[in-house]
Amino acid sequence: MNARALPYVLAVGALLGLTALAFAVGRYPVSVSELLALLAAKVTGGGHALPQNVETVVLQVRGPRVAAALLVGAALAAAGTAYQGMFRNPLVSPDILGVSTGAALGAVLGIFLSLEVLAIQLCAFGGGLAAVALVYGVGSRLRGHDPLLALVLTGIVIGTLLGSGIALLKVLADPYNQLPAITFWLLGSLAAITPRDLASAAPLALAGLVPMLLLRWRMNLLALPDDEARALGVDTAKLRAVVIAAATLMTASTVAISGIIGWVGLLIPHAARLLVGPGFGRLLPLAMLLGAGFLLAVDTLCRTIATIEVPPGVLTALIGTPFFLWLFALTRRSW
Amino acid sequence: MILDVRSLDFGFPARTIGRNFSFALRAGEVMCVLGPNGGGKTTLFRTLLGLLSPHRGEILLQGKPVGLLSRGEIARVAGYVPQGHTAYFAFTLREFVLMGRTSRVGAFATPGKADYAVAERALDSLGIGSLSDKPVTEVSGGERQLALVARALAQEPRLLVMDEPTASLDFGNQVRVLERIAALAGTGIAILFSSHDPDHAFLGAQRALLLGEGRTLELGPPREVIRADTLERLYGVRVQVVPVEGGRYACLPALGRAAGLVTQEEEA
Repeated sequence: MNARALPYVLAVGALLGLTALAFAVGRYPVSVSELLALLAAKVTGGGHALPQNVETVVLQVRGPRVAAALLVGAALAAAGTAYQGMFRNPLVSPDILGVSTGAALGAVLGIFLSLEVLAIQLCAFGGGLAAVALVYGVGSRLRGHDPLLALVLTGIVIGTLLGSGIALLKVLADPYNQLPAITFWLLGSLAAITPRDLASAAPLALAGLVPMLLLRWRMNLLALPDDEARALGVDTAKLRAVVIAAATLMTASTVAISGIIGWVGLLIPHAARLLVGPGFGRLLPLAMLLGAGFLLAVDTLCRTIATIEVPPGVLTALIGTPFFLWLFALTRRSW
Repeated sequence: MILDVRSLDFGFPARTIGRNFSFALRAGEVMCVLGPNGGGKTTLFRTLLGLLSPHRGEILLQGKPVGLLSRGEIARVAGYVPQGHTAYFAFTLREFVLMGRTSRVGAFATPGKADYAVAERALDSLGIGSLSDKPVTEVSGGERQLALVARALAQEPRLLVMDEPTASLDFGNQVRVLERIAALAGTGIAILFSSHDPDHAFLGAQRALLLGEGRTLELGPPREVIRADTLERLYGVRVQVVPVEGGRYACLPALGRAAGLVTQEEEA
């Protein structure tokens, strides 16, 4: 087989296997043959002789959750990949410009005001967009500095400010009702995902993906020093604005339905880069496959390893850290 | 005229570094800029490429003001070899040189076969074709410098602006780059390069611009403007400019006794 295609083939295979596993395991186990029978029935439009419970569990209970894990994982990995290249720093995650903190503040405010679930999600999405718009607006007006440094520093400063807003609301929130809800939102969860959540988040995330796919080659130039990229014919300020908008849309739309899930956007781009190198066109699809698979695996563990739901944010770090160190030790390639 | 500079003042937003620069470059012409560290050579080059706004005066690239051209339009005419490159990611040399094709590839497109061919030719012409699969982060400083030149060549420019292209090269590669500069000029490319070695101006340039004290101290054929007095003024050290066989000239620094260095003759 073509060696260049190998990582993708393996990633797709692993993702399919994981998806089947995620549908099969849980409090109500479903066998692979039942899964296949249901799939065949749905594809051909014919009937099946399976218990109604199987169909309910697979399609209504696990279906949205599996789909959400795939969507959120892929989106966070894509945004992280774009940002690590653009900020020329392998330690950058999708929330470097405050998108997650802004979304968190929005959601926490929504919970504090006892809003509906949909309204809380809208607050989170809007908070994420507003935070990045503020950071970009301030950061790109700080002339006379390296534009990237200005953005990162503004992101850190404004992120801290938003963080203190979250802390204030936590103090003010009702400790029996609201505070647990806030805590769980900040740890992230895919347990309560509904098909409607998916229907609202997926188109927005895809809208963010389109410019990244279209600009996949040109985005490599952002990894060069600014002067060099400009001398080679790239309007770096414009291209950066497009990439930031795209990555923010992907992150804000998915974080709004999942809450904060760390590590995916930092770890997965690394893993993908170690496998196929830094070229964005090859990197982005693999990062999305790996991100989707990683979060699906984590979320499946979250709902099966204990009688209570483990927050995915805890497990991503628990699995991510040793995995990352192992991967790093295994390869000799630099970033 | 490929490059026409008229009464140019340049510098950083708050600080003018150089005043009243006027010169022009025709196709196939090579000009060497000499000047001390921190004298403003890099700032001048960045201004010529539209990376910094001029404070006064005009820069015309093929007759059009640089300020009115898009980044892509500038990149199709002028190739830039920066003074050094910080490599952040492990792009292969092929991918790295291919980035020179950016201005010739549509915004949403990826480079095609023809672009790869141009990149390979550029790598081969600098003798680093065998390294094209090596990551740019793992080659030596000199090889990376040659890759920067190859990347600029992949732009297929009419003008090459090279900021100390020989700075991190060994003696052999310095000569190779100077030979390459002469060969490129032979194909009609105008070349503006800076160097710390006045001999390089003798070797490869039709004209030399001596940049010191924030202005053009001298501008003309190397034989006329590179003299003991001008070099002393430029660098603050004593230099002999001596004729060598073949009608060429070489610059020899005269080391003073103050530095504790004594020639054998004096010792005897």
